[in-house]
Amino acid sequence: MLSRTAENLYWLARYVERAEYLARTIDATLRVTALPAAYIGKTNEWDSALLTAGVAASFYQTYEEANEHNVVDYLSFSPNNPSSIRNCIEAARLNSRSVRTALTSEMWDTINSAWIELQAVWSKGTSTREDLAKFLRFVQETSLRFDGSAYRTMLRNDAYWFSRMGVHLERADNTARILDVKYHVLLPEEEHVGGPLDFYQWSSILRSVSALTAYHWVYRETLKPWLIADLLILNDTLPRSLASCYGNLVRNLDQIGVAYGRQGPAQRHARGIRNRLEHSNMNDIFQHGVHEFIQEFIADNSRLGEIVTKQYLI
Amino acid sequence: MAVAFDEMNIPGGDLRPAYQELARWLEETPPEALEYRRQEAELLFRRIGITFAVYGDSESTERLIPFDVIPRIMSGKEWARLEKGLKQRVRALNMFLRDIYHGRDILRAEIVPDDLIFQNPVFRPEMNSQQVPHDVYVHIAGIDIVRVDAEDFIVLEDNARTPSGVSYMLENREIMMRLFPDLFARHKVAPVERYPDELLAALRSVAPLSASSEPTVALLTPGVYNSAYYEHSFLADKLGIELVEGRDLIVKNNEVFMRTTEGLKRVDVIYRRVDDDFLDPLTFRPDSVLGVPGLMSAYAAGNITLANAVGTGIADDKAIYSYMPDIVKFYLGEEPILKNVPTWRCREPKDLAYVLDNLGDLVVKEVHGSGGYGMLIGPAATKATIEAFRDKLKREPEGFIAQPTLALSTCPTCTASGLAPRHVDLRPFVLTGSKSTTIVPGGLTRVALKEGSLVVNSSQGGGTKDTWILDE
Repeated sequence: MLSRTAENLYWLARYVERAEYLARTIDATLRVTALPAAYIGKTNEWDSALLTAGVAASFYQTYEEANEHNVVDYLSFSPNNPSSIRNCIEAARLNSRSVRTALTSEMWDTINSAWIELQAVWSKGTSTREDLAKFLRFVQETSLRFDGSAYRTMLRNDAYWFSRMGVHLERADNTARILDVKYHVLLPEEEHVGGPLDFYQWSSILRSVSALTAYHWVYRETLKPWLIADLLILNDTLPRSLASCYGNLVRNLDQIGVAYGRQGPAQRHARGIRNRLEHSNMNDIFQHGVHEFIQEFIADNSRLGEIVTKQYLI
Repeated sequence: MAVAFDEMNIPGGDLRPAYQELARWLEETPPEALEYRRQEAELLFRRIGITFAVYGDSESTERLIPFDVIPRIMSGKEWARLEKGLKQRVRALNMFLRDIYHGRDILRAEIVPDDLIFQNPVFRPEMNSQQVPHDVYVHIAGIDIVRVDAEDFIVLEDNARTPSGVSYMLENREIMMRLFPDLFARHKVAPVERYPDELLAALRSVAPLSASSEPTVALLTPGVYNSAYYEHSFLADKLGIELVEGRDLIVKNNEVFMRTTEGLKRVDVIYRRVDDDFLDPLTFRPDSVLGVPGLMSAYAAGNITLANAVGTGIADDKAIYSYMPDIVKFYLGEEPILKNVPTWRCREPKDLAYVLDNLGDLVVKEVHGSGGYGMLIGPAATKATIEAFRDKLKREPEGFIAQPTLALSTCPTCTASGLAPRHVDLRPFVLTGSKSTTIVPGGLTRVALKEGSLVVNSSQGGGTKDTWILDE
C-alpha cells in the first residue's frame, strides 16, 4: 500500500484513541474535583490533567489558572491546542478523507457523522455539566464505534495492522503518561493505609483507563497502589496495560513482516520493549524507581513511533 | 428570448412519451412524500461526504450540491443520435490534437489561424512531436450539451482537460435507486454502473509499451483540499487503484514509481486530475508542490501514459470552440452531428463591432474562463455591469467570445412552490481507449434551481439530477 495511506491510517487511529483518552481524563478529573475539598487535598487535579495530556506548557501560555473551566476548554474545544479533542476529531476526519479508499464505509461513517454532529458543539460549546457529560460520552462512544467498525469490517491486511499499531502505540503512551504524572501517589509505603484522598486518587487513575472494575476482578482486593501499578504496567490481560499494548504491537509488526517477507528495526525494537516488560516484576521496578522506569518507557515508545515511520511510512 | 423547450410537456397539454410513466407516478405520489425523500437524499449525501469546496468561500469549506429528485428522462432514440454525435466530436478532438502537435495540416490548410494556437497559453510546446501512447490525447471528455428544441443537441463546451462530475452521475443513480425503487420498477433505465469498469479498461489499454502486461494505473489528485477531491477518492475506490498525490510519486531513470510500505512500485498509467501547469515543477510552474519532478521527462521517454495527455487544453479552448464544426469536417470529411452555438469571435473586428452593439442580448465569455466565472449574461445584467464589461472587452477583445442567450430546455423540478420547469444542461462522459470510444448512457444533468436562471454551475447555485436513458 502507499506509504502515505499507511501513515494516514496509523495517525487516524492515534487521533481517535487520543480523543477518547482525553475525554476519559476529563471525566475522571471531574469526579475527583466534585469531592469535598478536604478529600482532594492540595494537589490541583486540573493541573495533573494538563500534565497527563502533555500540554501543560502550551496551556500556561494562554491561561493563568488551571481551573475546571479553562482546562476543560483547552483540552476539549480549543482550536489552539493541537491535541484538543476538537483538533483530534478534525485531524481524524481529514485523515479519513485522505484515505477514504482504505477505510470501510462503516469507519468513514463513524468519523464523518461524529464530525458533523460535533460542529454544533464547537460553535456553541457546552453550557452545563450535563452538556459536557453528554459530549464526553459521545466522544468515547465514537471511539468505541470506530474501533468496533475497524474490528468487524476491515480486511486483515497491512491496512488493518497499521491502523491497530496506531491504537496500541497511542494507548501505551497515554497509560504511561498517567503513571508518569501520578506515580507519586503510587509509591509503596509500609502498611499503607490509604486515606480517602488516596482512595479517590487511585480510583481516578483506574477510571481514566477504564480499569476500575477490572482491578477488582483481577485482584479481589481493595485498591492498593502497588497492585494498581502492576495492573497498568505488567498485567497483559488488561487491554490498556503497557504489557498488553506491546504484546499487540509485536504481533501487528510480525504480521506486517510476514506479509512483506522481511523484518526490520521496528520489529526488533518492539520485541525488545516487550521482552523487558515480560521479564520485569513490580519489585524490580520499584527498586529501579517507577518514575525512571516510566520515563524510559515513554522515550522507548516514541522511539518505536519514529522507527515505524522511517521503515514504512515515508 | 424564445420560449424554452419543455422536455416533459408538449405545448397544448400532451406529454412526451419518455415522461408519461413519470407523470403518472407523480400524480399518485403526495408532495410531502417527495419532500421527505428529498431530505433523505440530502442526509445521504452528507453522510457519504459527497461535498465540494467553493474557492474563496470562507463561510463553509464543504458544501453539498443540491440534488433534485425528479429524474431527467431521454428516449433511447434521442440518446442514440447524441451518442453518435459525441463519438464523432471526440474523434475529431483527438485527431486535431495529434495534428497540432505533429504535422499541423489544419494550420497549413488555414482552417484554424496560427496565432490562436501559438499565442495561446494552453498550447504546450513541450508536446511538439512527442509520441503519446496509442495517439490518444483525450481519454476522458466531458461534453456539455444543451437542447433548445426536440431535434437538435448543441455543444456548449468541450471539456478535454480534467472534466469532473462523473461521480455525481454514479451517486445520483445510486441514491435514486435507494429512494425510489418503485419508480425504477416502472421504467427500463439503461444502467450507468459499468462506467468505472469501462474507464479502467480504457486506461489500461493505453499503457506504454514498456509497461508489463498487467499495467499499474493510479489516480493523481491535488489532494484533500481540491474542490473535486470527493470525486477523486470515489473513482479511485471504484476503479480499485491507488489515489496518489504528487509526493507519493518519484521519477527514477525516467520511470515513475509510487512509494509504498514495501518500497517503490512502478506506475504505468496516471489518470491525472491535476492541471498541466502543476504536473511537473521542472517543466511547468516551479512553485508547484502538487506535481512530480521529472514526470515530463518520463513522459517524453514513453514510460508513462498521462490521461488526459498534456496540452489538450488547446482543443477545448473557447476560442477554438467556434472552429469545431470545421475541425470535424476537416478530419473526418463528415457533417458534424452535434451543432455549435453560433459564436462571435471578438478578436475579429466585424464580430467585435456586432457584440459591442448587442451586449444586452448576448452572453460574453472569457476565452480561458471556466466554472461560469467572469462571464456577462447580457439580458440579466444591469446597465452598469454591461458598461463595465464593455470597457474590459474593448481593452482585450481577443480574450472574449460572445454567444446568443440560449433558451435552454427545461425539466420539471422540485421547488418551494411545487413542481416547476427549470433550465438544464447535460454532461455525458466520453471514454477513448486504444481500440474504441465508449459512452455510458447517461451523464450529469445540471439544473439551474433559481427561477429563470440559466447558470447551472454548482459553484453558482446549480443543482443536479439523475439522468435516465430509456432502454427501448
